[in-house]
Amino acid sequence: MTVETRPDQQAAQPAPSLAGAAAGERPMESRRAAWAGFARRLWDVVPAVALLAGLLLLWQWYASRPQNDPQFLPTPLAVWSALAAQREILWHHTLVTLWETVVGFAAALVAGVVCAVIVDISPWLRRAVYPLLVASQTIPIITLAPLLVLWFGFGLTSKAIVILLVCFFPITVALADGLRSADPELMRLYRTFGAGAGRIFWMVRLPGALPQLFSGIRIAITYSVIGAIFAEYVGASEGLGYYILLKQHSFATAGVMAAIVVTAALSIALFALTALVERAALPWYYLGRREGSGN
Amino acid sequence: MEQREAREPQDVRDGVMPGASCAQTSAASETMPLLDVRDVTMRFQTAGGPVTALENVSLSVGAGELVALVGPSGSGKSTLLAIVAGLETPTSGTVALRGDPAAERLGRLGYMPQRDLLLPWRRALENAAAGLEARGVPRAEARRQAQAVFADFGLAGFERLYPPQLSGGMRQRVAFARTALAGGELLLLDEPFGALDALTRAALQAWLLELWGRLGRACLLVTHDVEEALLLADRVYVLSQRPGQVILERRVPLPRPRGREQLLRPEAVALKAELLAALDGLALAGVEGGPA
Repeated sequence: MTVETRPDQQAAQPAPSLAGAAAGERPMESRRAAWAGFARRLWDVVPAVALLAGLLLLWQWYASRPQNDPQFLPTPLAVWSALAAQREILWHHTLVTLWETVVGFAAALVAGVVCAVIVDISPWLRRAVYPLLVASQTIPIITLAPLLVLWFGFGLTSKAIVILLVCFFPITVALADGLRSADPELMRLYRTFGAGAGRIFWMVRLPGALPQLFSGIRIAITYSVIGAIFAEYVGASEGLGYYILLKQHSFATAGVMAAIVVTAALSIALFALTALVERAALPWYYLGRREGSGN
Repeated sequence: MEQREAREPQDVRDGVMPGASCAQTSAASETMPLLDVRDVTMRFQTAGGPVTALENVSLSVGAGELVALVGPSGSGKSTLLAIVAGLETPTSGTVALRGDPAAERLGRLGYMPQRDLLLPWRRALENAAAGLEARGVPRAEARRQAQAVFADFGLAGFERLYPPQLSGGMRQRVAFARTALAGGELLLLDEPFGALDALTRAALQAWLLELWGRLGRACLLVTHDVEEALLLADRVYVLSQRPGQVILERRVPLPRPRGREQLLRPEAVALKAELLAALDGLALAGVEGGPA
């Protein structure tokens, strides 16, 4: 055993951190390493936070000059107090927008995956469906929104459909490309094990396409909030888009900006949630990257 | 013309032509080879016209036998293995498993390509079980079987690591465990150690020898390394350059268990010289035949 394990260890030499971290170092060391990693990541965000603070200060100074009209440009502090004063109403509208986003995005995810699989099943279906999918994206969804409100009313359905139309395409393209990029040698190997097309799909191609599916999802989730706000703009009785429109009509600029801040926070939260789900679902995918960036 | 003759397969030293025996005797099921490749020719249509990768290749592997297939690159070794595995259909000729040319080979033989082809999202144990799962064995049962042999493959303690956390040699062992678990009595190894460094390769060759003795499975090993063939195989076939033809067949006159030191015995050195001369002749023929 000693003779045969030694060369393996030598082969592992180029990446000692990989093997060490995996084989379970002493807990003290790994905890210290984790803490060092956290501190380093904290230090990484310092420049961005400093720049943001500087810009806010500049804005505060510019907007608080006596010749500035607060209805034209409110100060950041004024936006903050509008946010605080309206927090319960804003919270209600946020929940409405969030629900529309969740429903629309879920529908887009299902539609996107189904389209990708249909496109993947046969070259014939790909030739039939793909051009239509691409053509569907050349139609500006903005121009469809009034029609959708006309057809489906002011409620949830019209919003969900707008989000669906905006979001399914990045998901379809990402997953279809991921499925197409499966290693042909890998598929040959699994054929020799006796696996049919279905089992190869579930065992080899779909898991291998998941990282690409997630990059499509990350694009789609940022689109989804924009889609919801826009659909509410066109016709709604509640939601953040509706709130923004309302405040705009009454020239409550600080209120408009407060709602924009909430919208941005919602987008960031959904994006972060997606990233978390991705990390939990694909631990193997981040294995090499984390080790790589650590050195 | 002389070269044509030189390309005819020569008799094995002990006088037995494997494959010929079963044709002569009608009731010879026990002497029937496990694998019988007969007159296999493979032509591809390429942009530059038809290419003949293999021409009238015949070879056999008996039950429990380790047979090496040596040849220069471009001799169609991998193509032949893919045909035996059932991935490709030859232009003409037959491949018979236990004498049955119509037997379905996909899902019955253990095929191992040069790259380990581990699934990066599966841990080592799950990768070893993947071949069984691909054959339709339920997941839990496949993992139980993989766990049962994991230590035999020198992999104990590595069960939960992902492929990037394993060294090249360890990944190859996992790949071999996957093949051995999924495959039947015949394992098809396509340059399994080709991508490894010399030290790891030597260690894995020793390990394969020991493991093969325990598994009792027949192996058809494709390699371009004459020493590897001598160290591991019972018989060696030499394949010519394209179009690939069997130009030499030799039994390796070394006792088992084998060790690297046996390669220094006179009969091993003589056979190595003969095999290398055959391969060198190919190289020279290739150079001379180039401009013509």
